[in-house]
Amino acid sequence: MVRPLMIPSTDLAAGIRHHALRMVSAANASHIGGVLSMADTLAVLYSGILKVFPDQPDHPDRDRFILSKGHCCAGVYAALALRGFFPLSELDSYGMDGSRLMTHISHKVPGVEFSTGSLGHGLPFALGKALAARRKGLPWRSFALLSDGELDEGSNWEAILLAPQHQLDNLVLIIDYNKIQSLGAVSEVIELEPLRAKLEAFRWAVREVDGHNHAELHAALSSLPFSKGQPSCLITHTTKGKGVDYMENQIAWHYRAPNADLLAKALAQLEQNPS
Amino acid sequence: MRTAFIEELTAQARINPAIFLVVGDLGYSVIEPFAAEFPDRFLNAGVAEQNMAGLAAGLASEGFHVFTYSIANFPTLRCLEQIRNDICYHNLPVTSVAVGAGLAYGNLGYSHHAVQDIAIFRTLPNLRLLSPADPGEARGAVQWLSANPCPSYLRLGKAGEKHLYSSPPLSPTPVVVQPGNPDVALVATGSVLSIALDAAALESAAGRPAPTVFSMPWLHPASPATTAALRSFKHVICLEEHIREGGLREMLASLLPRSIRVSGLALPSDATVAVGSQNFLRAAAGLTATHAQQLILSRDDDA
Ligand SMILES: Cc1ncc(C[n+]2csc(CCOP(=O)(O)OP(=O)(O)O)c2C)c(N)n1
Repeated sequence: MVRPLMIPSTDLAAGIRHHALRMVSAANASHIGGVLSMADTLAVLYSGILKVFPDQPDHPDRDRFILSKGHCCAGVYAALALRGFFPLSELDSYGMDGSRLMTHISHKVPGVEFSTGSLGHGLPFALGKALAARRKGLPWRSFALLSDGELDEGSNWEAILLAPQHQLDNLVLIIDYNKIQSLGAVSEVIELEPLRAKLEAFRWAVREVDGHNHAELHAALSSLPFSKGQPSCLITHTTKGKGVDYMENQIAWHYRAPNADLLAKALAQLEQNPS
Repeated sequence: MRTAFIEELTAQARINPAIFLVVGDLGYSVIEPFAAEFPDRFLNAGVAEQNMAGLAAGLASEGFHVFTYSIANFPTLRCLEQIRNDICYHNLPVTSVAVGAGLAYGNLGYSHHAVQDIAIFRTLPNLRLLSPADPGEARGAVQWLSANPCPSYLRLGKAGEKHLYSSPPLSPTPVVVQPGNPDVALVATGSVLSIALDAAALESAAGRPAPTVFSMPWLHPASPATTAALRSFKHVICLEEHIREGGLREMLASLLPRSIRVSGLALPSDATVAVGSQNFLRAAAGLTATHAQQLILSRDDDA
C-alpha cells in the first residue's frame, strides 16, 4: 500500500472528526464532545510534530504520545488509522463485540503507548518515560494530553511538582481546556483559574493557544521545549463539540451518541466547514 | 439499579438528616433531584476520588452518613487506602457506592471492568459489602444502611436490571429466591442472579428438578452461622461477576463444611483483550445459564 508520508493537518482533522463521529454513532458510545475539542491538536501532532513510524509502531526512536483522557480514544484511533497504523476499516469495529478498539484507549491497538480510562494516570506515566529517556540519553520526547476536568486529580499535580525537579524538558503536557467536565462547567465544579499562573508557579514553561487554530498549534508545538531545562505545558483553549453546531458547548454530548439523522447532519456540517 | 438507589437514598434523606451524598463528577441525569432537594447535603468533589473518600471520612467523623458515588473502580480502588485507613480503620459511616459492577461497562474497556472489588473489600476491617441483584435488593440495601450507618461498600449494577423477585428486608443471610431441589443450591450475588433463575428455568423445562436459587446481597462479613441455610445442600454452585480469586465461591468454600461440594462460575483473572457488551463478555467467560446447567448436572468438582 502506498501512503502519503504526510497529510495536511487540516485534512487529518477533518478525517478524525468524520471517522470519530461515525464510530461513536455506530457504537452508541459516549464522549464525542471531548473528541471534537482535541481533534485539531491531534491532527497537528500526527501530521508532522510527533515522530512516528506507522509501519513499525514500536520503533525505539518514536516520540511517545499518551492520551490520558482515554474516554476520547475514538479520535486517536481515527488518527492512527488515517496515518496507516492499521486499516481504516477496523474503525468500524469500535466498541463492538470482540473488538480490540475498547471505548477507552487500549495499548493492544498499534500505535497506542498506554491504556487509560481512569483519569489522572497519563501524566505520571509520561513523566516516567521522559525520565527514562533522560537517564538513557535518548532524544525522543514524551507527550501527555489531558482534559481539564482531569486536572481535579491529585496525581497530576504530584507529577507537575516532580517534573521540574528533574528539568524534564523532554516532557510535554497538553491540556484540552474545553471548560466543561462531566457534571458541569469546570468553573462551577472546581475552578482551575488562574491555570497558567499555577503551572508557572510550579516551574513549568507554559504557552496558550487557540486549540482550533492549526497555525498557532503548529507554531507552539514546533518550538518545544518552550524553555530549556523546564517541562513544557501547552494550554489549548478549545470548544467541547467543536465543528458540530448542535454539540458545541453542550454537556449532553459528553454522553449522547448521534443517531443516523444527527450523524448525517454533523457530517454535512463538516463537509461545509472543514477546519 | 442506579435509579432505584438514588430514589431510595432521596427517600431516606427525607427522614434521615445525617445522609450526605458526595459524587466524583459522575451521576449525570441521576443525582440531580437529590442535589436539588438537599443542596446542603450534596457535593460534587470533582474528578478526585482520593479527596472524595478522605473528605467523606471527615464529614462522617462529624456525624454525617456519607454516600460517595462514582462508577466502576473509581470510588473503590482509586482511593483504596483512604477507605482502608480513614474510613474503615476509624470505623466511620461512609458508604462507597460504585455503579457498574462486574462487566456492566463491558465495551468501555478493562479500565472500567470492576472485577476484583469483592476480593479486595472482603479484607477490610469493619466493612459491610453489599451486592444487590436487582432494584428491589438495592432499595433494601439503602434502607438497611440508613438504619445501620457503618463503613460499607455498595456494589451496584448499572441501569435497566429487571426486577427479579420481591426481596425481604436485607439481612446477613442468603435469601431463597426460588425453592427447588433440596440437594443443589445455585447461589448468586449481584445481577447474575438472573442467570441463576434462567438456569433453574432451563432445568425445569428439561423435566428435571430445578435447583434451589439463592441470592446473597449481603456478602461480607459472613460466617458459618450466617450461611447456615446452605448447609443442608450437597452441592452449592456459585455465580459471580467477579474473578474467581477471592470471590463468592472461595468465601463459601471456606465457610461451609468440606462435605459440601462448592463449585461455580466466575470470570477469568486475565485482563480482557477484546471488548464487547456485558452479555457478550459474560458469554465469552462462560458465565451463562447453560454453563450453570452443566455444573448442575456435573458430578466431579471439574469446574
Ligand atoms: C478516575 C476517574 N474518575 C471518573 C471518571 C469518569 N469520567 C469520565 S470523563 C470524566 C470527566 C469529563 O470531563 P473532562 O475530564 O474535562 O473531559 P473532556 O471534557 O475533555 O471530555 C469523568 C469524571 C474517570 N474516567 N476516571
